[in-house]
Amino acid sequence: MNQSELQQLQIEPACAHDGKGKSGCARATPGATQGGCFFDGARNALLPVTDAAHIVHGPIGCAGSSWDGRGSRSSGPTLYRIGMTTDLADMDVIMGRGEKRLFHAIRRAVEQFRPAAVFVYVTCVPALHGDDVEAVTRDASQRWGVPVIPVDCAGFYGGKNLGNRYAGEVLLKHVIGTREPAALPMKVRAPFRRVHDVNLIGEWNVGGEFWSVAPIFDELGLRILCTLSGDARFAEIQTMHRARASMVVCSKAMLNVARALAERYDIPFFEGSFYGIENTSQAIRGFAALLADPDLVQRAERLIAHEEANAWAWTAPLRKRLRGKRALVFSGGHKSWSLVGAMQELGLKVVAAGTEKSTEEDKARIRALMGPKARMIANNDQTALLKTFLEYGADILVAGDRYIYPTLKARIPFLDVDHVRDIGYAGYAGAVELAQQLVTSIDNPVWQAVRQPAPWHAAGEAHTVAQATF
Amino acid sequence: MVDVVQRAKALVVNPLKVSQPVGASLAFLGLARTMPLEHGARGCTAFNKLFFMRHFREPIALQTTAMDVATVVMGADENVVQALHTICAQHEPEVIGLITTGLTETQGADVPHSLKAFRTKYPEWSRVAIVPVSASDTLGCLETGYAQALRAIIEELAPVGGTHPAAVRPMQVNLLAPSMLTPGDIEALKVWVEAFGLVPVVLPDLADSLDGHLTAEGFSALTYGGTTREQLASLNQSVATLVIGRSLDAAADTLRARTDVPDFRFAHLTGLRACDDFTFTLARLAGKAVPPGIERQRAQLLDAMVDSQFALGAARVAVAADPDLLAMLCDTLVGQGTEVIVAVGAAASPVLAQLAAQTVMVGDLEDLERQARARQAHLIVTNSHGVDIAARLGCGLLRAGYPLNDLAGAQARQWVGYRGTRQLLFDLVNALTLSRPAKRPYHSKLRQIAEASPQPAEASPQPIIRLFPEERLES
Repeated sequence: MNQSELQQLQIEPACAHDGKGKSGCARATPGATQGGCFFDGARNALLPVTDAAHIVHGPIGCAGSSWDGRGSRSSGPTLYRIGMTTDLADMDVIMGRGEKRLFHAIRRAVEQFRPAAVFVYVTCVPALHGDDVEAVTRDASQRWGVPVIPVDCAGFYGGKNLGNRYAGEVLLKHVIGTREPAALPMKVRAPFRRVHDVNLIGEWNVGGEFWSVAPIFDELGLRILCTLSGDARFAEIQTMHRARASMVVCSKAMLNVARALAERYDIPFFEGSFYGIENTSQAIRGFAALLADPDLVQRAERLIAHEEANAWAWTAPLRKRLRGKRALVFSGGHKSWSLVGAMQELGLKVVAAGTEKSTEEDKARIRALMGPKARMIANNDQTALLKTFLEYGADILVAGDRYIYPTLKARIPFLDVDHVRDIGYAGYAGAVELAQQLVTSIDNPVWQAVRQPAPWHAAGEAHTVAQATF
Repeated sequence: MVDVVQRAKALVVNPLKVSQPVGASLAFLGLARTMPLEHGARGCTAFNKLFFMRHFREPIALQTTAMDVATVVMGADENVVQALHTICAQHEPEVIGLITTGLTETQGADVPHSLKAFRTKYPEWSRVAIVPVSASDTLGCLETGYAQALRAIIEELAPVGGTHPAAVRPMQVNLLAPSMLTPGDIEALKVWVEAFGLVPVVLPDLADSLDGHLTAEGFSALTYGGTTREQLASLNQSVATLVIGRSLDAAADTLRARTDVPDFRFAHLTGLRACDDFTFTLARLAGKAVPPGIERQRAQLLDAMVDSQFALGAARVAVAADPDLLAMLCDTLVGQGTEVIVAVGAAASPVLAQLAAQTVMVGDLEDLERQARARQAHLIVTNSHGVDIAARLGCGLLRAGYPLNDLAGAQARQWVGYRGTRQLLFDLVNALTLSRPAKRPYHSKLRQIAEASPQPAEASPQPIIRLFPEERLES
């Protein structure tokens, strides 16, 4: 990828943050950087495509310590969990054998695993080396009759968010619009007047959490043509252009897909979240509003009333225990505001929120939820974060997994909201789970125990111990 | 000697190998007040940090020079200088490990030049030791990266020349600890050495930094403990160096050449023979009899060996790991009469040709899976990536190596010494017992009391999806 293509990638007209200094896409500081690279972001966005082979083209560094690290669950194929890499060695680089190796690697993957498609991730070394992966994948595609998609994602191109967005571009260029959706199965037609086809963009099915939401879509007669990309099949992505509405679920970085679908195929979209009871209801209403089907609106409201009543009832005893507790939510991007809302409705007071990867619009939503004086933390330094926590007298830190152990070292309760966790928080059932986990974390008796000094170190005890010994 | 099979595969499936920069960083994590700095794109470090975090369940000190398009093309001297300065200014470490990656090795980064530029520009940080290590991920594996870093640490920080005879500390011994040892192993090793009145200086001391302990200070951006600069400066005052693991041969050669301290080398410290050798060496170094406590542990191991021979003597086991650990596991298994049907090493090593396995190869977990299936393994021994493989094979799994990201207490596990060997035997037997399929009963048609032979369980009807039970609302 050349410099101008990279710059082009940083422009996103549908993003309110566009042109405002791009703090979300800022340059990393050597020696004080946290977070993943462009490759990390691109692969994260595509790896949940369960029936594809995912080949990392590069030396072992890129795949060796990170394969099988994604928490996305599959309801069917498990091919995406097989780690594949060309494992480039010194001599491959010196002798320029990378392209050849890749070509044979694709053949092996196709013959052995019969994938629906092959994604080839080009990492730093072959990018620097100048491997012509476009050509290799084109030839391999023709030779074996399987779509082979080049993903030019050297880590040094930028950060994780940009890689995420680039993955969207790859799908728009190579995949979306290359197949027509299958007809509806006869038996599901009956109970609904109409079935609407919809897309979800940026939903990863972490820990299977979307399976708590999916039944709602069936209930309302909304067929999810494709989830980009949790539990997705390659053939589903190909049909995204035929949806009647899209929802951008979590990743602002994938907004480009929603915008392109709107521009090219007239598919309206909205941004929402499945974290929290009210957010989930809003998401359902979002679809009902875009699809202009009065019957759907009615049925949606009935379902919302029923599910909300259930969820409030189930969370009632938990909310009693959470009322007035103070949370610091530190999770980049979209998740930050949706989690703030989810915490607040459970009765917690959110004292500060992280906005490291958030856009201007995300920040505006946080302000709307937390008031104009909302404390926003853009810096992701762990020491500074813990200081803020203590300063605000918070009871729990809610953040991604790289903050778990620094937080626990400081003897502070923690809730993991990272994409590799295995507990799902989406939908009405997820909101109950979230409340349960918050209670469990905050009220755990270990906090009290580990903050006490050993009895022989407690004030005035030294003398007693000495006497008892002799 | 066995022939080591090296297959030229274009596609590595389910990698066993972990990169050299990970190993190099691990070695630095055993030094006190230290920050390893990986010279590459930020992703290398993000992946590696998470890798360690999930394995050790600890915060991990690790930073990156965060190269981008401009610095990859135009040179990254300035990134290195800036990164070193930032780390010094923010954390005031004792040591920074400057580790190259595949990206910077391919680019041709001139690390000595960058380092010189830093020293010239920031003389105020002259007391911070900076140890450069070349660790391309196009070569070797975690074990070799770790060994290279250890050698570099010795070259930078160990004193040159033997000490004056009067300055020798008669009871101090150096211990070079390989990547296969856990913090729990090293802890046990120290107790073993101290039992003879000897004082160990462990390099690197992961038991002091990554054993998992809460401190009054709470979170620290640097390592939580480890070998100190003072200890490193005293390496030439020891009476002997004990080297564990063949992977550390080059590092040990360097240390001996620099300090004139004689060394004793051991392939590993698991199994009766290895433990006896080590114990006898300690007794002679200290000039003391073997303490009764150790005699007792030896007797306990003998008992466990006898008890576990039923299960282990009949078992077929497939093993995959970095070479030193692989050698330890093979020796222990073969010593119990177990059939090691395949030993897969993550990278080439002279150790592999010495293994007592039927087949020895350099490969990935796909190779392990194929061999284990073809020869009907009862048990596979490998890292946490073996979970899905064992499930597909329908056999047992004993986790060993890196990463162990689904195992609580990975850092505390102890497989060295008499007690540790006993624990390994127990773990092996338990893994075999838990996975042994039950014998299927036979139902005779002629039997006088006709019992309905159990039908295969009917597929349970799909539960109707309900998010909440209805009755909850009424209550």
